[in-house]
Amino acid sequence: MELNVDGTIHVVDVEADMPLLWVLRDELKLKGTKYGCGAGLCGACTVHIKGEAVRSCSISAGDAQNAPITTINGLGTPAARHAVQAAWIEHQVAQCGYCQSGQIMTAAAFLAKTPNPTDAEIDDAMSGNLCRCGTYPRIRAAVKAAATTLSGN
Amino acid sequence: MDTATTPEPSSPKTRSKARTIGRRAFLVSSVVIAGGVAFGYYTVKKPHLNPLRDQLGPDEATFNPWVKISPKGITLITPHADIGQGVASMQAALIAEEMDLDFGQFEISQGTPSAAYYNTALAGETVPFLRNDHGIVAESVRTIADAMVKVMGMQSTGGSSSTIDSFVKLRTAGAVARETLKEAAFKRTGIPVRDLRTASGAVILPDATKIPYTQLAGDAAKLSPVTDVVLRDPSQWRLIGKKMERLDIVPKSTGTLTYGIDLDFKGMLYAAVKVSPRIGAARLGYDASKAKAMRGVKAILEIPNGVAVIADNTWRAFQAADAITFTWGKAPYPPDQDAHWAEVGRSFTKERLDKEWRHEGDVDRALSGAKVIEAEYRAPYVAHQPLEPLSAVIKVTDGRADLWTASQAPGIAQQKAAEVTGLPLENVHVYNQYAGGSFGHRLEFDHVKLAAEIGRQMKGQVIKMTFSREEDFTHDYPRQIAMARPRGTVKNGRVETCDLHIAAVSAARSYMSRLGTSIPGADLMLAAGAWDLPYKIPNFRVTTYAVPELAPVSSWRSVGPSTSAFFADCFLDELIHAAGADPMEERLRLTDDPEARRVLETVARMSNWGSSLGPNRGRGVAFATTLGTPVAEVVEVWNTPDGIQIEKVYVAAEVGRIVDPVNFENHVQGGVVWGLGHAMNCEITYADGMIQQPNYHVHEAMRLRQCPEIIVKGIETSAEIRGIGEPPVPPAAPALANAIFAATGKRIREMPFNKHINFV
Repeated sequence: MELNVDGTIHVVDVEADMPLLWVLRDELKLKGTKYGCGAGLCGACTVHIKGEAVRSCSISAGDAQNAPITTINGLGTPAARHAVQAAWIEHQVAQCGYCQSGQIMTAAAFLAKTPNPTDAEIDDAMSGNLCRCGTYPRIRAAVKAAATTLSGN
Repeated sequence: MDTATTPEPSSPKTRSKARTIGRRAFLVSSVVIAGGVAFGYYTVKKPHLNPLRDQLGPDEATFNPWVKISPKGITLITPHADIGQGVASMQAALIAEEMDLDFGQFEISQGTPSAAYYNTALAGETVPFLRNDHGIVAESVRTIADAMVKVMGMQSTGGSSSTIDSFVKLRTAGAVARETLKEAAFKRTGIPVRDLRTASGAVILPDATKIPYTQLAGDAAKLSPVTDVVLRDPSQWRLIGKKMERLDIVPKSTGTLTYGIDLDFKGMLYAAVKVSPRIGAARLGYDASKAKAMRGVKAILEIPNGVAVIADNTWRAFQAADAITFTWGKAPYPPDQDAHWAEVGRSFTKERLDKEWRHEGDVDRALSGAKVIEAEYRAPYVAHQPLEPLSAVIKVTDGRADLWTASQAPGIAQQKAAEVTGLPLENVHVYNQYAGGSFGHRLEFDHVKLAAEIGRQMKGQVIKMTFSREEDFTHDYPRQIAMARPRGTVKNGRVETCDLHIAAVSAARSYMSRLGTSIPGADLMLAAGAWDLPYKIPNFRVTTYAVPELAPVSSWRSVGPSTSAFFADCFLDELIHAAGADPMEERLRLTDDPEARRVLETVARMSNWGSSLGPNRGRGVAFATTLGTPVAEVVEVWNTPDGIQIEKVYVAAEVGRIVDPVNFENHVQGGVVWGLGHAMNCEITYADGMIQQPNYHVHEAMRLRQCPEIIVKGIETSAEIRGIGEPPVPPAAPALANAIFAATGKRIREMPFNKHINFV
């Protein structure tokens, strides 16, 4: 089957029901997308499919065909950072950092649709992503900063 | 006001100490330390060999176990494992400060397990003295413990000790490197060392010519390290105390940091395991016929108490493991949770007395005849569950094993892999990895033993073993289960008597038994957070009882105080309310300890204690000293029609020195979130011998929408530097319970609190 990931078409030979997460990690070797819970509970594996934030552990490769998929590795790079990534760096959000790929992907999809979010909307949008280190105060601040940057552009 | 009495580390006393530590740690001795108990104190005092010396190429220089320079670049060794707390950057900054390196001019490496990297700060916590108790008895006992730790070669990360362990050692390492490079420049140019400067990774001559350190590596390699060094005055610090960009922050924000679970090697296979969900119970039988036929499955191996599936993809290995049916033996502990609680409840006896830690006044007399206030408090098992599941990559050949994993104790991982593979210790090579959290979980080593067993059976093959989240949750050795039965009296508006009896399973004993050893004497951690309260209550007694191990338990971020401080501080709050006193004023009246007063007075000011919050709102305060760091917290809650909302938390901590203010604040906030979140809604329970919580939906802790505003003040008055990874955790739960009482009149004496009250 063909998957369009970060602007590249990949041909993979996998079961249609293999979760997209494991195709990304073990077949395409794109390791920025993390395995946390495997059950859609933590959000560490969040990617964008047609711009929507999706838990890649809970969507099959078969269902992810024929749609552009963006992972954290395609959102931006250390040299060319997405505004959300830049805000995450400026606010030094990460502690262990393991959840942050998913946090950033959720925030980027959210801000694309909600350019001027209220505090309550931010809390609502980001509460599906678990952070065991407790970086929530900095996540809030970084989302607000990214919103300002993005709406100013 | 908070920094008025900051001592100068370059005072004459400290200067001579720095020199002593320099010599002891960096002169390479010809004596090889081989483990064992026969070593006398003198031998132990001799330094360990520098492990970098064996790995040097031509023109490469090393001056001590932390710095390596070659013509191509500079490598700083940061042996404390970075489990998310940012210690890689912290350690590098301490070396770079004295070595005059800028961020970006060096690489970092976690190094290989070596006795040279023993954690001397942690030893202080194995003996029953406060870390800030420098009395002669405390000092001498601590020194014996230091010696013990050195023999064990414990290169461990834990006990909030990394900064304490590193603060003088690593700055000295940087200074030794700098002075040796200047010596090399002198040999080359003939310009006396006193006329040479260093900056930005270069020695600078009087005419402003710069010789990069890398160009001096070959010359410096021929010199004996200059060890007579003086550490810089804090006024000259360029890095310490200032905001720094963590070395891992860009990779962690762009999905480009490689964690242990992300490792990939050509031809690597993937392993999943199923181990008895009754911890320690045997595998009596299994049927893997269906799994064998599944796509991508390469092998099914019998491992102790379980089975491993080797496949060509992690998910295929998980799927096949799920397709195996098992018959398990009986758990070697009571199968159901009620029996665990009953055992704890039966432990308040003379036979199980661990120690009476303090007794002032006459508690028994004070309790007889007076109106006694008594209560029962409970703290359940709680899981660590960092977000990155446990994993290990292993390759075993006939004479060698290579192991890549994220460990808080890589030396123990190495030892366990050697035991399983039957290889000599020196033939087992461990490469410690960045961890997606730990909280104590990666002090454990069962996953290392399983990976080593898989490697032993699949010689020559590189294999990455990954725990499924469910496997990780159901084999997470949780925090100790604990209970308290306190009693007390009040008189004339004051707290008169406090008699704390605490029964708990010892995490330290459980861990030591897994290591095949035991700790002598009472376990300080059962009492920590309670026995060390600085309150002058007229009749005050703290007694602990050792509950025999039920299910295995393990060190969980802040260990003993995570339960004991909840018991002690909430019960004290009960007594204060019974006396009709103000919770802040009475705590302050009860203590003349300057640090306790300072943090309590600071949070009182920050929270505007005493001002009205309005109806249905309340404040609670709690104080605990954890691993030597005093922390006070005030929690503000709102009792909404739908439940409790935590609105604000104020934190004051006395830490001596803050190396990086941003990381400090982030860490304190994270500790508060950790303490609150688990107190609100987390417990691990057993049924039929198995853990009943397999994933985050039933062990959720805190989500962002529940996170309060957390305002942090770090105080730098103390003469010594202190850790901050764990100390913010213990006051959070009691401050929340005390705030809920203030807002609702309801006293919660059991975690998780959501058994008794709703949270919005």
